[in-house]
Amino acid sequence: MKISVIITLKKDVLDPQGKVIHQTLEGMGYDSINEVRQGKYFEIDTKETDNVKAKAKVEEMCEKLLANLVIENYKIIEPK
Amino acid sequence: MKSSVITFPGSNCDRDMDVALKKFGFKNKMVWHADAELPKSDLVVLPGGFSYGDYLRCGSMASKSKIMQSVINFANAGGMVMGICNGFQILVETGLVPGVLLRNKYLEFICKNVFVKINDKKNKYFKNVHNEILEFHIAHNEGNYFCTNDQLKEIEDNNQIAINYCDENGKIEDQFNPNGSIKNIAGIFNKEKNVLGMMPHPERMIDTSLSGEDGSLFFKNLINNLK
Repeated sequence: MKISVIITLKKDVLDPQGKVIHQTLEGMGYDSINEVRQGKYFEIDTKETDNVKAKAKVEEMCEKLLANLVIENYKIIEPK
Repeated sequence: MKSSVITFPGSNCDRDMDVALKKFGFKNKMVWHADAELPKSDLVVLPGGFSYGDYLRCGSMASKSKIMQSVINFANAGGMVMGICNGFQILVETGLVPGVLLRNKYLEFICKNVFVKINDKKNKYFKNVHNEILEFHIAHNEGNYFCTNDQLKEIEDNNQIAINYCDENGKIEDQFNPNGSIKNIAGIFNKEKNVLGMMPHPERMIDTSLSGEDGSLFFKNLINNLK
């Protein structure tokens, strides 16, 4: 089963890369952007077959390694 | 005095640290990250470099390596652990010191000499250093120290800030902040002050013909404090 994880920076954390991407997009003519925030996306293919168990494991992975909770939030996208 | 320098895949200041420690009298051992046991040490150093190619977040992979559990146990038992640059990034990822190190504010890799002001001398790292201001070298892409407001309050209440970026006269201002760190923080302690993480490299300042002597001051003092 494949589970996806999206990691985003928390609201009050500065994202200089997102800012530069925003500026570049504006330079390309996209002038209606309020803000760009850069994040990370993971696809985890697990042997686990039980949805609930798999999600719990991935949550643990997020807390322990994938995200740094001081600056990042994570969102687990459950398999359909 | 015995020291251990941990080498991770991608460390590149481990040998410099070995040279510096030996120059000032430490009996140093190099320890591989995949080892489980830490040799008997009075000081453990996590050196600078690019452990695991800075994958995921700088220091995040190294913080989970086999030797780190021994380093964490050593630190929690009161052992002296110092993380320099990437070593500082590894320390924040283990949670031994609070906060995180973000990408530098202006997205540049910074490589230059800076001045830092010692904020606290009631610890074994800076006790008896006569100078208030030291000139060290920095070389990093992710040295922008950040923490939550609650963490900052705790850090300040416990006097955990070790050094701040400043000018040659010790003025701590925005214009002397190379990377955007909160409060110009260049290095911090854990609550007990046996763990120190800092971005500057004292091991690059141990020879007048190469750089400067402020690193020599630091190491000479450190070994005396540990005796």
